[in-house]
Amino acid sequence: MPVNPKKHEMPTQAPEVRAHNFSEVALGYTQEIAVAEAERCLNCKNQPCVAGCPVNIHIPEFIQKVKECDFEGAYQIINQTSSLPAVCGRVCPQETQCESKCTLGRKFEPVGIGRLERFVADWHNAHATEKAQAPESNGHRVAIVGSGPSGLTCAGDLAKKGYRVSVFEALHTAGGVLVYGIPEFRLPKAIVAKEVETLKELGVDVEPNVVIGKTLTIDELFEMGYEAVFVGSGAGLPRFMNIPGESLKGVYSANEFLTRSNLMKAYLDDPKTPIMKGGNVAVVGGGNVAMDAARTALRLGAEHVYIVYRRSMEELPARKEEVEHAQEEGIDFRLLCNPVEILGYNNPENPRDEKNGFVTGIRCVKMELGEPDASGRRRPVVIPGSEFDLDVDAVVMSIGTSPNPLIKSTTKGLEVNNHGGIIVNEDGLTSREGVYAGGDAVTGAATVISAMGAGKVSARAIDEYLMNK
Amino acid sequence: MYKIVRKKALNPTVTQMEIEAPLVARKAKPGQFIILRVDEAGERIPLTVAGTNPEEGNVKIIFQIVGATTELLNHKNEGESIQDFVGPLGVATHTEGIKKVCIVGGGVGCAIAMPVAQEFHRLGAEVTSIIGFRSKDLLILEDEFRACSDKLIVMTDDGSYARHGNVTVPLKELLEAGETFDAIITIGPLIMMKFVTLTAKPFGVPVTASMNPIMIDGTGMCGGCRLTLNQDGKRVTKFACVDGPDFNAYEIDFDEAMSRGRMYVGYERRAHEEVCNLFKNA
Ligand SMILES: Cc1cc2nc3c(=O)[nH]c(=O)nc-3n(C[C@H](O)[C@H](O)[C@H](O)COP(=O)(O)OP(=O)(O)OC[C@H]3O[C@@H](n4cnc5c(N)ncnc54)[C@H](O)[C@@H]3O)c2cc1C
Ligand SMILES: Cc1cc2nc3c(=O)[nH]c(=O)nc-3n(C[C@H](O)[C@H](O)[C@H](O)COP(=O)(O)OP(=O)(O)OC[C@H]3O[C@@H](n4cnc5c(N)ncnc54)[C@H](O)[C@@H]3O)c2cc1C
Ligand code: SF4
Ligand code: SF4
Ligand code: FES
Repeated sequence: MPVNPKKHEMPTQAPEVRAHNFSEVALGYTQEIAVAEAERCLNCKNQPCVAGCPVNIHIPEFIQKVKECDFEGAYQIINQTSSLPAVCGRVCPQETQCESKCTLGRKFEPVGIGRLERFVADWHNAHATEKAQAPESNGHRVAIVGSGPSGLTCAGDLAKKGYRVSVFEALHTAGGVLVYGIPEFRLPKAIVAKEVETLKELGVDVEPNVVIGKTLTIDELFEMGYEAVFVGSGAGLPRFMNIPGESLKGVYSANEFLTRSNLMKAYLDDPKTPIMKGGNVAVVGGGNVAMDAARTALRLGAEHVYIVYRRSMEELPARKEEVEHAQEEGIDFRLLCNPVEILGYNNPENPRDEKNGFVTGIRCVKMELGEPDASGRRRPVVIPGSEFDLDVDAVVMSIGTSPNPLIKSTTKGLEVNNHGGIIVNEDGLTSREGVYAGGDAVTGAATVISAMGAGKVSARAIDEYLMNK
Repeated sequence: MYKIVRKKALNPTVTQMEIEAPLVARKAKPGQFIILRVDEAGERIPLTVAGTNPEEGNVKIIFQIVGATTELLNHKNEGESIQDFVGPLGVATHTEGIKKVCIVGGGVGCAIAMPVAQEFHRLGAEVTSIIGFRSKDLLILEDEFRACSDKLIVMTDDGSYARHGNVTVPLKELLEAGETFDAIITIGPLIMMKFVTLTAKPFGVPVTASMNPIMIDGTGMCGGCRLTLNQDGKRVTKFACVDGPDFNAYEIDFDEAMSRGRMYVGYERRAHEEVCNLFKNA
């Protein structure tokens, strides 16, 4: 039988419809499509795809089970190495990970590994009835700082081994970027909530509203009887460009914009937390965060949304699928453009004019790609005299984040690198005994799957450490 | 959930509450704040820690009813609970080496200033307090300030009580009369803090202003609370929730802060009306 050269299409909401709602864009494979897509897998002996997955999910094995319509069996295989398949199947940048290594991809489109993973996880969530059972306690206590994918994974793995685990979260809801950053239309919050529920069934104690470094310090956690600590506090500190006009009303960091919309539910019709809606919006940046901000602005009612990015389409770091979805929805990509100033309204006649200080536009320059820089990417250089203005009412800065210095500054002897990332060894051990770290807090902004993988590595190391103590 | 242990109206629009939050009570220092959410669908709002009782595990807050969330909070009674209460956030007021201090508070800012005045008093510093209100019925905490101040001057804008005029009037008189302070700490409306700063400037007294921009997370994650400082000719962005809320007043761009503070005014007015109507109909 000749192989189907193309991945089976993902059923999605039509662009004109989904641009005005917050429901999930990609609807997921049906059973029939999933089995047909699984049939495309060649079950390669050398399994190149597995090496492309940061947690080495046994990909051909789980796909084999899908072929056999044993979806629970497929889930159990994934579950051996990954604890958040419903999340990763949706948000992993598969095109640079597992699917980039797929044999089929050399000639045709690769197997839709992520889509199959999502299907299997959703099938399990819809059909599994048994509750997770808290195993017998081994009496040891471990504290987890932060409830993002790294913290949740570390907590889950340790709880399964019988540890008494507490997760301390600064915000009022657990989930990290999965709840405050990634929007509902890409990752329904119910999925994250379910993962947190499962942890609670395993006996994990989730404590919101505790800021480690303020409410409690890491040293106090040890005094309270925790024998090891895992720091998964993420990279939440937003960067700005330091160009004129960034303090005008209507300029947001992506974190603020997305937090207002997601965590504080400003996307609902009757929110308690305000957000600017409507008008024209410019989002500066080209990553997943920028795509999410742009598409959120559109759904909140913006008339026209620009992505302003200083390199070209090829360098755009966002997941391919999100870029395509954004284009279909009508996001206007202004590539090879860089903002130099944000323009604001000012009525010198009337200092009390209500419109004073609000954003009216963004001034950009055009760029061209020069010689490759240290990262191997061609460096954008300004084209002289190419200034132009876009009329916008809001600007969302989405040019990256770095680890928050709060934990470092309140924990003696915890070493960080010059980007603020906590320094760890291959086991996730920091410069402090019994303190482990992983995820964005170590690497700077990265991916869900790598954060999850780091949580697993540290869980294993913490177990060894406490068992040999 | 965090229980409201005590509740007391200080004046028709200002309420004091004690909330059961033992972890916060153990840690909080004057100048720090908490963030709360009244209910599951609520907004996060910052309020200053107005006092603690670590033995009982309680934290005192004093808030003015200005909008939807503070209105909602004020409708909660003793024995009821609020959804979220996180802190202590921000950097505590710097007290080291200050032997003689002038506290200048305005309106509900006096609630934020009071624990600071008490702390200086406790540390043995000489405390002069100048507190101002729009009119007599808005006056709060006079007795508390009297108890912790070596000298107390009360002002009302309309002259309905004590001295007539702005807080800057007696401040200027004191400074002109040769009074010296190691520091002036001012807490209140931005416009008042701006003028306190301008009044003190010719006399070279260090001024600290406690800033209260719009906040969400309070941990340095959103950048919504940012303000600009002019430092050595450079404009520097700071986050009030983690770098403050206290800043060197001479460096603060007050005009920008005032403009940013008005970002959602229209929205907030509508939200407040809705909550008021809700309680009217109930
Ligand atoms: C908008 C957006 C879109 C993204 N899209 C994708 C995508 O499509 N695919 C992908 O793979 N990755 C994506 N990412 C990146 C991915 O979400 C992160 O790499 C991942 O969430 C990092 O996980 P983490 O556990 O390290 O930290 P986080 O998810 O950042 O969680 C850290 C948690 O710790 C809490 N915390 C911080 N400090 C403290 C403290 N002192 N005390 C207590 N709690 C604290 C925080 O409140 C937070 O809840 C996206 C990120 C964003 C912002
Ligand atoms: C660090 C910090 C400490 C604070 N401490 C106290 C305190 O101890 N007691 C107290 O009464 N208030 C305090 N505030 C102000 C308080 O947070 C606001 O009054 C509250 O958020 C208003 O919420 P609302 O929904 O009731 O009103 P909204 O509907 O949000 O606002 C109604 C009106 O209040 C103004 N307003 C909104 N937010 C603020 C703000 N952050 N500061 C000043 N005015 C604002 C609006 O411009 C509007 O005119 C503090 C603020 C900060 C940042
Ligand atoms: S976790 Fe991500 S990288 Fe690994 S197989 Fe699944 S989609 Fe691919
Ligand atoms: S490389 Fe592709 S075809 Fe081969 S086993 Fe992996 S998913 Fe299947
Ligand atoms: S409140 Fe979000 S950074 Fe200060």
